Amino acid sequence: MPRPLTALTALLLAAVLLAACAAPTPPPAVELVLMTHDSFDISKEVIAQFEKANNAKVTILKAGDAGEALTLAILSKDNPPADLFFGVDNTFLGRALAEQVFTPYRSPLLEKVPEKFRLDPTNHVMPVDYGYVTVNYDRKWLSDRGLAPPATLEDLTKSEWKGRLAVQNPATSSPGLVFLLATIVQFGETGDYTYLDFWRDLKADGVLVKDGWSTTYYTDFTLYGGDRPLVVSYTTSPPAEVFFSEGKYTEPPTGNILGKQASFLQIEGVGILKGTKREALAKKLVDFMMDTTFQKDIPSHMFVFPTNQDAPLPDFFRFAESPESPATIHPVTIAENRERWIDAWTNAMLK
Amino acid sequence: MTLWAPLGFLALFFLYPLAAILGESFQRAGGTPFAPFFDLLADPYYLDRIGFTFWQATLSTILTLAVGLPSAYAFARHNFLAKTLLRSLITVPFVMPPIVMALGFVALLGPQGALNALLVGLFSLEEPPFHMMNTLAIILLAHVVYEYAIVVRLVSTFWSNLDPRLEASARVLGAGPWTAFYRVTLPLLMPAIGAAAALVFLFTFTSFGVVLILGGSSYATIDVSIYTLAMKLFRLPLAAALAIVQIALTFLVMLVYARLQEATATRIELAPQAATPPGLPRRRGYLLLGGVSLAVFIVVSPLLALVVRSLFPATGEAGLSLAGFSAISSNERNAFFFVSPLMAIRNSLTFALLTTLISLPLGTAAAYILARSRGWWRSPVDALLMLPLGTSSVTLGLGFLLGFDQPPFDLRATWVIIVLAHSLVAYPFVLRSVLSTLRAMDPSLREAARTLGATPLAVFRLVELPLIWRGLLVGATFAFAVSIGEFGASLILVRPEYTTMPLAIFRYLGQPGGQNLTEALAMTTLLMVVTAAGFLIIERLRPRGTAEF
Repeated sequence: MPRPLTALTALLLAAVLLAACAAPTPPPAVELVLMTHDSFDISKEVIAQFEKANNAKVTILKAGDAGEALTLAILSKDNPPADLFFGVDNTFLGRALAEQVFTPYRSPLLEKVPEKFRLDPTNHVMPVDYGYVTVNYDRKWLSDRGLAPPATLEDLTKSEWKGRLAVQNPATSSPGLVFLLATIVQFGETGDYTYLDFWRDLKADGVLVKDGWSTTYYTDFTLYGGDRPLVVSYTTSPPAEVFFSEGKYTEPPTGNILGKQASFLQIEGVGILKGTKREALAKKLVDFMMDTTFQKDIPSHMFVFPTNQDAPLPDFFRFAESPESPATIHPVTIAENRERWIDAWTNAMLK
Repeated sequence: MTLWAPLGFLALFFLYPLAAILGESFQRAGGTPFAPFFDLLADPYYLDRIGFTFWQATLSTILTLAVGLPSAYAFARHNFLAKTLLRSLITVPFVMPPIVMALGFVALLGPQGALNALLVGLFSLEEPPFHMMNTLAIILLAHVVYEYAIVVRLVSTFWSNLDPRLEASARVLGAGPWTAFYRVTLPLLMPAIGAAAALVFLFTFTSFGVVLILGGSSYATIDVSIYTLAMKLFRLPLAAALAIVQIALTFLVMLVYARLQEATATRIELAPQAATPPGLPRRRGYLLLGGVSLAVFIVVSPLLALVVRSLFPATGEAGLSLAGFSAISSNERNAFFFVSPLMAIRNSLTFALLTTLISLPLGTAAAYILARSRGWWRSPVDALLMLPLGTSSVTLGLGFLLGFDQPPFDLRATWVIIVLAHSLVAYPFVLRSVLSTLRAMDPSLREAARTLGATPLAVFRLVELPLIWRGLLVGATFAFAVSIGEFGASLILVRPEYTTMPLAIFRYLGQPGGQNLTEALAMTTLLMVVTAAGFLIIERLRPRGTAEF
């Protein structure tokens, strides 16, 4: 054995040992682990309150966006790395239930949630927050050109919006999929003009399809230097623009298209992962996340609405518009048709 | 036996997790394991993706070589102002998350960007005339910006140790400057050019973020398709079939490359850098320096645009402001997931340091295996050692998730897995940059030292190490960069206390509002500064008693 290589091996071992000493170590404590997506956030005090009341240490594992996080949860279901999972919405619920990652728990706080926000009739996932996906428009861009915002989804195919709309790929993006569902409700799958006809018209008009929300919003939206004044986003994005403007805006610089069923209701929830060894404590965390302390903190950290109707909304949420007639499709129906719809859309738009 | 350490590492941390995820995926297919392959081949869409992936990677590699080689010459053969600093700066784009690079391009080339504003102003136009965002052109440009440094650094390092007297002799014997270059210098440079080309090809072959973010959904590569199929559509059998196709193609390309490399390697007498002629070139050279300055400018301009954007935020009062920097340092909303810049910097640096420390011995040992051994299996082993770089990060991430989930090796959500994932993608850089020098080295140097009584360790320390040192530093630079830039590790469970700078940037850009953008840009500027500083420090490392070679 050539000795330089012995030295190299020694160096390799030394590096690994050094790594063991130098790396930051997490605090040792019995912990309750919540697996979730990147957008999850809440106040420190709120978590601290739960920890203190239950003598627990809450660790939160982030695993990419909502779709990615659920995939990781499913793949590790035989040996789950967490006790709970937050971030299953009505579009992914079917997959989570089919893969049986959750153990059912009906929180008594479900009583505080209006019927229309009760996500899962089988009680594997408890509703925590909701929001609406729609098209945001850049107010200044439109008013500079003397244009009135589109009122409905049909309006998007008018000539003045040629090359002006940016959407997300429903195969990869959560708001993208929810927007596709809105068009399915609006135009239907049968008849003279189906949702696919609508999408083909959008394609002919040069709709831009990107894979994720961040890219569309921060690189293609006119508000941030792009050339698309219409972008698929949330109805709560306009108030977030005011909240994050450091006083630059007193009114939202963007608006929502809220005409008949132009927006789609998205409900998000938490479930207890099958195989947890701390089920009792996990149930307490589910209750806590549905109770007012946690619920009233949701809008200013995640920019969505709390499902508990007792939770007061912060002042800046006065700009958060709720559509009168949002589109919805039952989660079971979504689960049954999701692949087919996405495939049909992909065939029409990208192939 | 030690020779086999890198192969053991590869088997344990690459092949084993790979088998775990592929096994799980095919198990879900039911039926025969061949069914998903038939599905794949039956769908012209995926065949198109495979074709497109090859095409854009080849085009990107050729373009990067075309832009990078003249610069490599300038960096190898001439001295100019702030050369070391420039060498660091051109490497910084390599670590930029693609979404951040997109923000830089939007500021420069976007519909409301600097170039369009200039054109609209000059010619009083109604609409911005220049459209480059969301096209194939911007993908290729971004690839050149990202990979330029690989070509410049690998090739110039090797070039500066080529004895200039070889080319001079050819000139004396009557060859023109081009003939001398073409017949003498270029053949000698081939191992380094080949190594750079292989790395650029692999990087663009597995291009994911750049294609997704700058091109839009119609430009999906194999990597993007694997990601979509596995992570979003949850069609694991099809994703696994495509992953195998990707790995097989990578292996074949690397096998051909390894064969070619063995054929082109020439043993030469390496000259110390001091022997290369410094100073500004003669008249003809100004054209070259002009071209090189332009290339450097193009590569660095997205970074400059980002720094400018971070200092002139979109929110609050107009004008120069450090608001972004103060905002990321304070937790105004008392958020649970607040990441202090210091913590993010510390995490990024710790992981990058560990990755570099693991990759250096690993890559060097692998280079020794390939340089010293003979036999038919050498090329396949070479290709195998390069595989992690040509494998989708989804495949690696899910493999780790499934492969290391049982105590005592439940590595999920630990720092170990982060460093391992980074090291897998990092060591091929060390391997390639060291191997070209090792193969060029005359074995008689080593034999002479041994005859004179030096122990193998002394031979390594006194003879070989000084010769490969600069290659090692280039390898270390890219290993450090791979880790700081989070390549291939974004799909791993992360504890909040391990949040790195790129992860913090993604978090900011996950919410709407100007302040989020400002904070993302401030963190980006910190990422650039920390990275450039790291590169400069690595450049200065030298073992005691070794002269600059």
